[in-house]
Amino acid sequence: MSKRLVSLLLAIAVAIACLPCLTAAVSAAEPVTITVYNWGEYMSDGSDDCIDLIAEFEAAYPGIKVNYVTFDSNESLYSLLVTGGTSIDVIIPSDYMIARLISEDMLLPLDFANIPNYAYVDETLKNPAYDPENLYSVPYAWGVVGIIYNSRYVTVSEEQKKDWSLLWDSDYVGKILMFDNPRDSFAIAELQRAFDYRDDPEKAAGYTVNSTDTAVLEDCAQLLQSQKGLVQNYVMDQIYDKMERCEAWIAPYYLGDWVQMAYVNEDLNFYVPSEAGHNLFDDAMCIPTSCSHKAEAEAFINFCTDPEISSANMEYVGYASPCVGLEEYLEDDLADVIDRADNLETSLTAGQQFLHLPSETNQQMDALWLTVKTAGDDSSFYLILTAVTAAALIVLTVVLKVRKHRRKAHRCAAWKHNA
Amino acid sequence: MKNKSRFLAAPYAVWMLIFTIVPLGIVAFYAFTDAGGSFTLENITSIGSYFPIFLRSIWYSIAAALICLLIGYPVAYYIAQCKPTTQRFLYMLIMLPMCMSFLLRTLAWVALLDDTGIINSLVTHFGLKPLPLTRNPFAVISGMVYNYLPYMIMPLYTVLMKLDRRLIEASQDLGCRPSQTFFRVILPLSVPGIVSGVTMVFVPAVSTFYISQKLGSTSTIMIGDIIESQYKTAYNPNLGAALSLVLMALIFICVGIMNRFTSSDEEEGMMTL
Repeated sequence: MSKRLVSLLLAIAVAIACLPCLTAAVSAAEPVTITVYNWGEYMSDGSDDCIDLIAEFEAAYPGIKVNYVTFDSNESLYSLLVTGGTSIDVIIPSDYMIARLISEDMLLPLDFANIPNYAYVDETLKNPAYDPENLYSVPYAWGVVGIIYNSRYVTVSEEQKKDWSLLWDSDYVGKILMFDNPRDSFAIAELQRAFDYRDDPEKAAGYTVNSTDTAVLEDCAQLLQSQKGLVQNYVMDQIYDKMERCEAWIAPYYLGDWVQMAYVNEDLNFYVPSEAGHNLFDDAMCIPTSCSHKAEAEAFINFCTDPEISSANMEYVGYASPCVGLEEYLEDDLADVIDRADNLETSLTAGQQFLHLPSETNQQMDALWLTVKTAGDDSSFYLILTAVTAAALIVLTVVLKVRKHRRKAHRCAAWKHNA
Repeated sequence: MKNKSRFLAAPYAVWMLIFTIVPLGIVAFYAFTDAGGSFTLENITSIGSYFPIFLRSIWYSIAAALICLLIGYPVAYYIAQCKPTTQRFLYMLIMLPMCMSFLLRTLAWVALLDDTGIINSLVTHFGLKPLPLTRNPFAVISGMVYNYLPYMIMPLYTVLMKLDRRLIEASQDLGCRPSQTFFRVILPLSVPGIVSGVTMVFVPAVSTFYISQKLGSTSTIMIGDIIESQYKTAYNPNLGAALSLVLMALIFICVGIMNRFTSSDEEEGMMTL
């Protein structure tokens, strides 16, 4: 009986072991699946009469299927890549993260023979600072960071539109959102500080979005700390929901995401600080080292770079296509919402770009950011509460012990007395 | 027979080894090494600055466990006294929310409590100012209570259902007032249920990481959130592992203290019985 069982199990095991070979032999014509990691709300999905980019791609390349997954910050994408374990074929991180990934040998050089549409990319976006020889990346979209506010509840003076101070306005306590990633948050603090110190140009010069000076970072951490009490929460993609529902009224975020929100909630306006400076960012498509279908991944990148596809995609996403000139973007793509944005025309041509920071600076920024998020003013309260409780517990133990002891002594005495 | 039972337990022993013992070893390894993999105590020593957050997490969880006990005990007692068919139905009702995703339940709580949520839109509809329901410690604790209440009711119900009715009758025959019956008979006998209920609420609550993000403010961050951020965004698995290890030690201490007190209470209870 048991022998038969064993042989049966062995037969099953052998069959299972053979299965992959069999299917591999059969599946020569079966589609290859590539995994694409992108930001949330960052690719046209067919809603609102826009194109469904992935469906179009799969129709154009019947041999390739796309497994589309989203992330919510460059840092979480980085953690995912470092942890490994999954095969990822295409990623779309931002400029500074691409520089970091290049410096840590985590990207594969692209074969531009497979990406002929790269020729359509605007010359100004080629050979960017984060990838000087343009070996690893193809631009996907670009834009600026500014402040979104709900005009029904918030009035912004012209003076306030010069800098980022609205984010520190105590009139709107609990209604302000802030970036949940160190790089964007510190950039805002650095720009604001540089503006605050404008009368002292020498000092202000140290405050750029790429500063590596410990003192500058600590000063900015202090500024962010002072904002903490006013902030409702540190969020990324959740900002859509919170701003559209009026749960929060003020938030710094990316231009294209505001365009999407602006269509949903007509009270949401946008401005780029006109004097304090702002961040100009690129997001680009890259292939990480864990890629298992490079040629197919390049086909996908090529498809996304097609001027027509790219424009149709950006119509949904709200950003500027890398193949489209600035004027066309402002006139066509933003036509419906442009009058609700301030300082946009000038800001799109100027702005500070994030560069790669040395890993010590990154670590320091991460540590300071954690301190900003965790430092609390109620710590002494819990310390006292704990001390009092511990004391009470000790007293209680002692009292119980003593009572038990007495009772025992009492019983012994009674027993002796009876005896 | 004995050998056979050992043989049958082998699959679980292997499971334990692969998914509990080995991962714990890996956590300990990460906690005592730096990014390069060489030995360091820096992770453990840097935890001092997170001490207030540990305390806050522990207090929130204790509060949640106590509130669960206060709400759950009468419910469990009531269910245990019903007819068997009613018991089964009510027990299923208690279990029902647990069939839904934990995240979904928390999001539902957010939808209720937000400034523009269901309760406050009713309140503002009547021309009143919105109530400060969300983004404070009470919202976080109420979220925990809501999520973990079934864990409290289940062990309490199991204990109270098995309680020998004759003991209650005996105490009544011997002249106990209802309150005396409760405090001298029922409560001491249900201590095992209370202990496991409190433990089952406290342990998941203290290491939770989602509830405080959704229902809390910027100053109600819990230790689970910090650990999550170490893996998800800051990418410092060594500090994350050290924090997890210390959290585990603290949980053991808390549960140890709890067990100690309840067991001595039990002795007292037995004695006064």
